[in-house]
Amino acid sequence: MSAAMRDDLPSPGATAGKETDAYNFAYLDEQTKRMIRRAILKAIAIPGYQVPFASREMPMPYGWGTGGVQVTAAVLGPEDVLKVIDQGSDDTTNAVSIRRFFAKTAGVETTTKTRAATVIQTRHRIPEEPLRDGQILVYQVPIPEPLRFLEPRETETRKLHALADYGLMHVKLYEDIARHGHIATTYAYPVEVAGRYVMDPSPTPKFDNPKMDMCAALQLFGAGREKRIYAVPPHTRVRSLDFEDHPFRIQTFKQPCALCGAEGVYLDEVVLDDRGGRMFVCSDTDFCEERRAAGHQGMMVDPGASDPSPEGEGGSRRKARDGWGEARHAARAGKRAAPSDGLRPPPPPYGGGSSDLPSDTAAEKREVVAKDKAGETR
Amino acid sequence: MYVAVKGGEAAIDNAHRLLAHARRGDPAVPEISPEQIGGQLKLAADRVMAEGSLYDRDLAALAIKQARGDLVEAIFLVRAYRTTLPRFGYSEPVDTAAMAVERRISATYKDLPGGQVLGPTFDYTHRLIDFLLAAGAAPPEPAEAAAGEGEPMARVTDLLDGEDLIEREVAPDGDTPVGDLTREPLDFPAERDLRLQALARGDEGFLLALGYSTQRGYGRTHPFVGEVRYGEVAVEFVPEELGFAVPLGTIDVTECQMINQFKGSAEVPPQFTRGYGLVFGQSERKAMAMSLVDRALRARDFGEEVTAPAQDEEFVLAHCDNVQATGFVEHLKLPHYVDFQAELDLVRRMRTEYAARRGEASEMKEAAE
Repeated sequence: MSAAMRDDLPSPGATAGKETDAYNFAYLDEQTKRMIRRAILKAIAIPGYQVPFASREMPMPYGWGTGGVQVTAAVLGPEDVLKVIDQGSDDTTNAVSIRRFFAKTAGVETTTKTRAATVIQTRHRIPEEPLRDGQILVYQVPIPEPLRFLEPRETETRKLHALADYGLMHVKLYEDIARHGHIATTYAYPVEVAGRYVMDPSPTPKFDNPKMDMCAALQLFGAGREKRIYAVPPHTRVRSLDFEDHPFRIQTFKQPCALCGAEGVYLDEVVLDDRGGRMFVCSDTDFCEERRAAGHQGMMVDPGASDPSPEGEGGSRRKARDGWGEARHAARAGKRAAPSDGLRPPPPPYGGGSSDLPSDTAAEKREVVAKDKAGETR
Repeated sequence: MYVAVKGGEAAIDNAHRLLAHARRGDPAVPEISPEQIGGQLKLAADRVMAEGSLYDRDLAALAIKQARGDLVEAIFLVRAYRTTLPRFGYSEPVDTAAMAVERRISATYKDLPGGQVLGPTFDYTHRLIDFLLAAGAAPPEPAEAAAGEGEPMARVTDLLDGEDLIEREVAPDGDTPVGDLTREPLDFPAERDLRLQALARGDEGFLLALGYSTQRGYGRTHPFVGEVRYGEVAVEFVPEELGFAVPLGTIDVTECQMINQFKGSAEVPPQFTRGYGLVFGQSERKAMAMSLVDRALRARDFGEEVTAPAQDEEFVLAHCDNVQATGFVEHLKLPHYVDFQAELDLVRRMRTEYAARRGEASEMKEAAE
C-alpha cells in the first residue's frame, strides 16, 4: 500500500475532545461497529446465547480484553462516561491502559466512580455498588463457553446448547458433591440465564454471581479471541446452577475490610511482610474510597498516629504500604491522607481469610484438582 | 512487590520510555533503518507480511524495527494496522502459472517444461558461519542467463491433470463467494477456502511442527513436492464502474503443490490428491508445511480416519494464529488476584482438613494398638 493511501486513512467522525484524528471515534470503523452492534442486539434478544462475531485485531493483545474493548467501542457515544476496572481496581495497569485507549481514541470522559459511569468495562469483578438503569457493564471474557473444559469441541458444545443438554455440567457438579460434599467452583461459576442458556459469567468470583440476577444494568460480554458476544438484558433472571439439597452459596469473609470496615464485600489479601503478615482490603477500590470519604474506618487505619517513619519493618512492608497506598486512596477520595504508619500489624495469617459457609468448605479442594486437569488458565 | 502493579500511569510511561531506549541500543552504533531491514533482512519482512496478512514490505520492516526484531510482535503490529484499513473489494484470483519465476523446482520430475530453476536458495549451502560477512566483503556478481532462454512454466499438477492421474481441482464459478475469516467468524466445520486462509496467516513454527508430525506417522499422507515456485505475480482487480480487470501491481509469492497418494474409494479410482500452500514473499518452509497440513485436513473429504492432530480441523485452525496464541498465553501476566484469592483460601482450608484427618487417623491407630 502506498504512503499516499495511508494518509487517506483517517476518517473524521465524532472527534470532539479526541487526542488524535488518525483513527475513527473509538478506534473501530463504523462498519465494524455496526457489525458488532448487530451481534449485541442478537445477544440481547437471546439472553445467554453466544453470538459469533467477526472479532477484529485490536491494538492490544488477545486475552487482554479485546472482546470487551470492541463491545465498549461499539456502544460508546461521545456523551458517555467510562469507568474501567480490572480485579475490582481502577488502578491496575491493564485498566489504566484500556481507559487511556478510549480517552485517546474517543475523547470520552472517564471516571473511577461507579455511580458516575454510564459504561463500565470490567475484568473479573462486578462493582459492589448496585448498578442502575441505563448503565452498561461490559465484561472481558477469556473462554465464553461454559462447557469448554468438559467438551473441547465447538461443534459439540453448540449442539449441546441448541438442545439445552446441560447434563455434562450437572454431572460435573454432582461429582463434586459426591467427592467433596459440595460444589467445587470458586470463580467462573456457571449460571442459567432467563431459564434457558447456561452461561459463563467470565472469571468473576462466585461471590459476584448474585449481583447479576435481576440487575438493572445491561450486561454485555465480549470474547475477542474466541469471537463471541453474549448478553444479559436488564432485569433478567440469572440463576447459579445448584441442587435442591446443595444450594448455591457465596464466599464470606471472617473480618471486614481493614481500611473501610466494610462487611459482605469481596476482599483482596495483601501480603505485608515475609513473616505471614497480611491484611484484607476491599477488592473494589472505588467502593472502599467512597466509604472512607464518608468517614468509615477499618481496624488498620489510625488517624491519631503521627510518626510517619516505618516501624523498623523490612523494605517489603514499607513498599506494600506505599504501593498499595492508603495515602493515595485517601487523597484521591478528596480526603487528607492518613499517615501510612497508621497501618497496624496484621492479624494472624489464617484468621482473616475468606471462607465459605461451613457446608461449602471441603469441596473447594476439588476445584484445584479439576482445574489442573483441564489445564484451565484464567 | 506485586501490589506495585496497582497504580501505574507514571510507571507505564516510564516503562515505555525505557523500552524506546533499549530499542535504540548502543548510540555509538549507527541506527538501523527500515530500508535496511526490508532489503537485507528480507525474509524476516516476508514472514511478517505473510503472517500479518498485509503485503507491505516497508510497513513490515518498520514493524520489525519497532518490535526490536521480535517477529511475532511485528506481526501483531501489522495485523492491528491492517484491521483499520478500508476494504475496497476482492482481487481476481492470481495466476501462478504466469508467474515471473525466480525459483522453481520439482521433486517428482527430473526435467520438465521450463526446467528446474534454483534461484536464490540456502539449499546446498554448507552451513558454515561466513566470517567475511562480518568484515563486510562485497558479494560476487550474479551469473546472467542468455536472453530468450525463458520458456513458459506450466504447473506440474497441470501436467498430471492431463492424464487424470491427479484429482481435478475445479475452480468454483465466479459467483460463489469466497469466505473471508477476517470479516466473518470462523465456523466449524470450515470449508477449504477458509482453512487455506487460516493456514496462510498461521504461525510458521506451528505449521512446520504439524506438517512434520504427518511425516512421522501422525496422519500420514505420502507427500511428494510436485513443485515449489517463487516469483512475482500480477494482482488484478475489477472496479465496478469499469467492469473489466485492471492490474493493481505485482506481489512476490511462494507456492507449493504437494502431490499425495490416495488409494481410491468405491466411487473414485486410485489417483493422486493435492495439498496446497501459498505464502507472501519467499518462504518455502511455510509453503511446504502449509500444503502438508492442508492435505492432512482434507481427511474428511476423502473419508480417511481422523486420528492425528494435523487432521483435526478444530485443533489446527483454533490454534494456528500466533497473534491469538501469544496474547492469551501472555495474558497470564495480568493480575489474577481476585481468582487467586479464592484458590488461596481453598488450599489453606484443604490443608487444615487434611491435617485434621491425619490427626484422627493416628488417634484411631493408637486406640487400636
